[in-house]
Amino acid sequence: MLETFLFFVFAVLSVVGALGMLISRSPVAAALWMVQVMLAIACLYLTLNAAFIGVVQVLVYAGAIMVLFLFVIMLLNLEDMPSVGGIDWRKVVAGVLGVAVLAQLLALVVVRFGAIPDAPSAEEAVAATDVPYLGVALLTEHAFTLQIVGVLLLAATIGAVVLAKKRFV
Amino acid sequence: MITDFVPLFIMILLALGLALTLLKLQQWLGPYQPGKIKGSPYESGQDPVGSARERYSIKFYLVAMIFIVFDVELVFLYPWAVSFGEFLQAGGGAALGALAVVGLFLFILVVGLIYDIKKGGLDWD
Amino acid sequence: MYDFLLADTARVLPILVVAAVGIAVILLDAFRNDSPSIPWLAGAGLVAAFVLEGFKLYDPQVAFFGQVYSGGAAAFANMVVLLGALGSVVLSVPYLKRIGHNYGEVHALILFATVGMMTLASAGSLITLFVGLETMSVCLYVLTGLVREEKGANESALKYFLLGAFSTGFFLYGIALLYGATGTMLFSEMVEGLAVTERTGIFVGGVALLLIGFLFKVSAVPFHMWTPDVYQGAPTTLTGFMSTASKAAAFAALVVVLARALPVDLVAGEVQITLSVVAAVTMVVGNVIALAQTNVKRMLAYSSIAHAGYILAGLAAGTGEGYGGALFYLLAYTVMNVGAFGVLAALEWDKEQGAIQDIESLAGSGYRQPILGVTMGVFLFALTGFPPLAGFIGKYLVFAAAVDAGLTWLAVVGVLASVVSAYYYLRILVVMWMKPETDAPEAARQPFALATSTTVVLSLCALLLLILGVMPGGVIEAAQSYFDAGAIVAGR
Repeated sequence: MLETFLFFVFAVLSVVGALGMLISRSPVAAALWMVQVMLAIACLYLTLNAAFIGVVQVLVYAGAIMVLFLFVIMLLNLEDMPSVGGIDWRKVVAGVLGVAVLAQLLALVVVRFGAIPDAPSAEEAVAATDVPYLGVALLTEHAFTLQIVGVLLLAATIGAVVLAKKRFV
Repeated sequence: MITDFVPLFIMILLALGLALTLLKLQQWLGPYQPGKIKGSPYESGQDPVGSARERYSIKFYLVAMIFIVFDVELVFLYPWAVSFGEFLQAGGGAALGALAVVGLFLFILVVGLIYDIKKGGLDWD
Repeated sequence: MYDFLLADTARVLPILVVAAVGIAVILLDAFRNDSPSIPWLAGAGLVAAFVLEGFKLYDPQVAFFGQVYSGGAAAFANMVVLLGALGSVVLSVPYLKRIGHNYGEVHALILFATVGMMTLASAGSLITLFVGLETMSVCLYVLTGLVREEKGANESALKYFLLGAFSTGFFLYGIALLYGATGTMLFSEMVEGLAVTERTGIFVGGVALLLIGFLFKVSAVPFHMWTPDVYQGAPTTLTGFMSTASKAAAFAALVVVLARALPVDLVAGEVQITLSVVAAVTMVVGNVIALAQTNVKRMLAYSSIAHAGYILAGLAAGTGEGYGGALFYLLAYTVMNVGAFGVLAALEWDKEQGAIQDIESLAGSGYRQPILGVTMGVFLFALTGFPPLAGFIGKYLVFAAAVDAGLTWLAVVGVLASVVSAYYYLRILVVMWMKPETDAPEAARQPFALATSTTVVLSLCALLLLILGVMPGGVIEAAQSYFDAGAIVAGR
């Protein structure tokens, strides 16, 4: 009961944040709206019993990635966008048509392949997101993949230096 | 369970509420006598004129990129730290194996750090 | 808990060798900046991994609880990737020296990209697949933008990165839906998982999104828009690398997904229709647009789109022959395209002349550097699909598989498209050999030297194409032994 209530609270918060991000004319304000989206989504993960993913969401996205966003905004020296004069009706019609076509396609898929079933209950999912369980899986089953992730991060470090350091021009 | 996090939410609400209340309170209670000099921002005696949107140097970006890489690395270390007890309990050198796997992962990233230091990725030139 | 570790490490040893050599290169570069021994080290590592994979060609195994396939088809694909990487490393050294960008980092990034490609081609689960794909892509984005002072290179790197990230989004959503539908990340357990949950709707959605991600990476129409710009802007030898090795890895992974993760009726139904239509459109669009190009690099980019179409025809067949034919085609394609871009790189003998790679600037270059002219002739004939070169065998295998699978119309479209392709491939040869040198712009007529390593690699590529074309028996047998005809080889 509480979970359902909280789900709707955070779902509304995230959708409002996303809309605010799209509508706001200032890039910095848009970035701050996005922080709200990220935090609300992190809370949504918590309601799904995926505490680890929620924490990572805050740590990586709301923390690090958003810092990068603000950096880029400052690097590019973005001005506020001019506010919209009127509504472009062609775009509205195009949007409505696009949504209609998508709905049709989805309906076709559902008709052809059967309806989308219920998700597993939160209790069922809890075992798989338990952090110690995750750690054991990461270090045994995915031991090789973990090393490749290390290589990926190393390549990203080198790439950042190669692309941004003055020496390489 | 989500209910485990109720104290966390309460704390977030408290923190938010405290900050907002204090802001509002000082507006109501504090004396408000604006003046031209008083209203100007303090910049060590310099006259702060011009846009606040100065263009940033790309060097900040490099530092931020490297920060992100090591931030993501941290995400992988967290499950290891939490699950290490289970490896100790399993016995039969499982803890040693886990240590080796994480050690190799860390080594790869330390190589990145060495590279950064040697190539001046962290220097401000 | 770690009884599996030693045996499984041995199974993925070639990948680890390449990764270790890459790390060694980075350490060497950190302490001895741009040391001249770096390319040697990188080359030695690639050769070692190639030999190690060679031993496992007939020894398919799974490692890490099914997360990774080793040996068999994975070994074949990895050898193709390593071949492309090796050729690119050797060809890159003189080219990058000339344009003043011969950094040690380049070779390390090529090695790391190779690690990603090998992981991708050996993936046994969606997680490994994604990690391999990302490792490969991140390295390629950086390599594309290597020549930072050039506007075109920056543009192409940014385009590649943005569109690549976008396609990664599709890929990830596909993975998420597939996991939601089957409850497993392992290819070998997917069919069973689907049978338990019966979430076919989500499953098909996931397959569609995953296919979009794959089709983007192999630059099939209509997800090909980035290819010409990226291939034109990237350093030429590295274009050769990304157009061959990355495509080989992505196709090998797609083959594994089709053959081992998807239910047979889906592969023979909706997926076959989708793939065959995409293959037909890709072949036609790639070849027809290539006709209109005057820039040779761009033309080869469209040609590589067309070749993705030919390979997709083999995949659309959905039989063991089709998959094996596609693997053989990837080998032939890697050799001929690395060679062709190597020739173009050698013709860019300084920063200004030839860097534009307009077709006119090649006039008479066959006589000035006969080695380049002759080897380019071999590569272009192979790309067209003339016997007795390997390109012909590859095309024969994929089209024959398509006909056997009842897709005769697709084979007809493919053959007609290759006839069209002969026009623009042979036009390059005509310009190189039959136009007088005076047709080329004044600046493009300076004499230039050819590095010995370039000569050796190009000759070896041409020779290999001839050998594969005349005596393909053993290789075809190996390639077609991996996947049973129309059946699923699940697990071990």
